[in-house]
Amino acid sequence: MLPSFRYVRPRTVSEAVKALAAEGARAHAGGTDLLGCLRDGVFDAKSVVSLSGLDDLKGISPTKDGGLKIGALTTLAEVARHPGIAKGWPALAQGAAAAASPQLRNQGTLGGNLCQRPRCWYFRGDFDCARKGGEICYAVEGENTYHAIFGGSGCFIVHPSDTASPLVALRATVKVVGPKGARSLPVEKLFVLPAVDHTRETILAPGEVLTEVLLPPPLEGAKGLYRKVRSRGAWDFALGGVALALSVKDGKVASAGVVLSGVAPTPWRVPEVEKLLVGKALDAKLAAEAAELAVKGAEPMSGNDYKVPLVKGAVEEALLALA
Amino acid sequence: MKKTITLDVNGVAETAEVEVGQTLLRFLRDGLDLTGTKEGCNEGECGSCMVLLDGRPVNSCLVLAVEADGRSVTTVEGLSREGVLHPLQKAFLSQAAVQCGFCTPGMVVSAAALLRENPEPTEDDVKKALAGNLCRCTGYKQIVDAVRDAAAAMRAGAVAGGEAGKPAEREEVPA
Ligand SMILES: Cc1cc2nc3c(=O)[nH]c(=O)nc-3n(C[C@H](O)[C@H](O)[C@H](O)COP(=O)(O)OP(=O)(O)OC[C@H]3O[C@@H](n4cnc5c(N)ncnc54)[C@H](O)[C@@H]3O)c2cc1C
Ligand code: SF4
Ligand code: FES
Ligand code: FES
Repeated sequence: MLPSFRYVRPRTVSEAVKALAAEGARAHAGGTDLLGCLRDGVFDAKSVVSLSGLDDLKGISPTKDGGLKIGALTTLAEVARHPGIAKGWPALAQGAAAAASPQLRNQGTLGGNLCQRPRCWYFRGDFDCARKGGEICYAVEGENTYHAIFGGSGCFIVHPSDTASPLVALRATVKVVGPKGARSLPVEKLFVLPAVDHTRETILAPGEVLTEVLLPPPLEGAKGLYRKVRSRGAWDFALGGVALALSVKDGKVASAGVVLSGVAPTPWRVPEVEKLLVGKALDAKLAAEAAELAVKGAEPMSGNDYKVPLVKGAVEEALLALA
Repeated sequence: MKKTITLDVNGVAETAEVEVGQTLLRFLRDGLDLTGTKEGCNEGECGSCMVLLDGRPVNSCLVLAVEADGRSVTTVEGLSREGVLHPLQKAFLSQAAVQCGFCTPGMVVSAAALLRENPEPTEDDVKKALAGNLCRCTGYKQIVDAVRDAAAAMRAGAVAGGEAGKPAEREEVPA
């Protein structure tokens, strides 16, 4: 039995927003991350607000401009097997297919995947670490094999999502509805670095619900992929990975989105690499140069310097696959 | 806080009052005595708690019972009919794909979902479909073989069953 809470299952987004504005209210989409957190005492809930009755937030539909709208309650399995996404936005289809297990993807949603809490074992365990409001980050002196090599300060989690990096690479936006109304923002701006606030991963305020993800229309000559490296062949979180969303015109890269996963507290965009690629023909030399640049400035911890060559290799391999 | 839920479990309509913090797994085991569904890790990692929710396999340790309100659930008990084993269950026995047996119900449930969508799975298809089910005993080979054997038996049964007009899955089993 989970710790006791009140449970509501609203039928409209505005009812959900109202219920979520109450102190100690937690959103429940598929529940695959929430239930684990509640059971392990990572945080508690006075009330659980189930979004599963919000049918308007389910499903995938084309937008007028040729893009795609994906409701936040759409399951990862639906995103992974949607033929339109696989064709127009392959990095996202591959990211969704690489997350967790087939069974968890049947239950877990895209919105939940973006809003899931980190997997740092101190955070999930019985440690009152900085992210939980305590004083110290236990990973600094402790076991940090799976922690960040970029963007850490005070806390060194890696963002666990396999869909976030593809969405940033694709320049997707999210719609958020809260007590003050609706707003849209780039997926990149959804995430918070520890230097800004080390107690949360997203900018969502109490009462705010992520309602949809919007994919811009595919660019001419669009190519993309998501490359994930993990210790097991399936089910595991990324040790490191990269999402690519390129467009190629007349043999040259016309635009580039390059975003690393599994290495930083947020999806880790590498604008220098994006800049390097644009205007050039993608070949082995450029791929090697880009991979080198992607890991420039990495700050490995005591137990995770393996991630530097790993992610460098992943970037090079991924670029070559699109060359 | 308690809530009354109504759901279809293995073809039977059930109405029950459940604590809102109870998982579907505990409800099936403690509330309905359907103990074929196992509790292993309770974290979504092992797959021993697998059930079909509206026909799709999910980890019932990570689903609240209240979330199954109005939906249909199939557990491993719902795969056999009147004491006659499902072709997957028979194949698991004949391939010796069962050692301690703890993972078996979850494996069979995930495999049943696969065979509904894909009656002729390759070895790779089977491995992918069972990626969320761990086994600490068999080394998986017998399990993959059993699923493919069952698929073949069901295809053969479907051909015969088409003529006899009987449900495919149960065709080759004498009544
Ligand atoms: C064993 C295991 C392995 C996994 N491996 C991977 C992996 O390799 N890669 C990967 O990417 N993920 C992995 N995951 C995470 C999994 O993908 C997530 O649990 C799932 O995507 C979360 O979706 P959900 O709908 O179940 O979210 P929930 O559990 O319902 O919610 C997760 C969090 O997000 C909040 N939330 C959910 N939806 C919204 C919304 N619309 N608006 C505002 N807040 C919201 C909730 O309050 C909660 O805090 C794994 C999980 C498990 C249990
Ligand atoms: S990395 Fe972050 S979540 Fe993990 S122990 Fe340090 S502060 Fe806590
Ligand atoms: S008990 Fe549910 S996955 Fe292990
Ligand atoms: S038979 Fe023992 S865990 Fe699979």
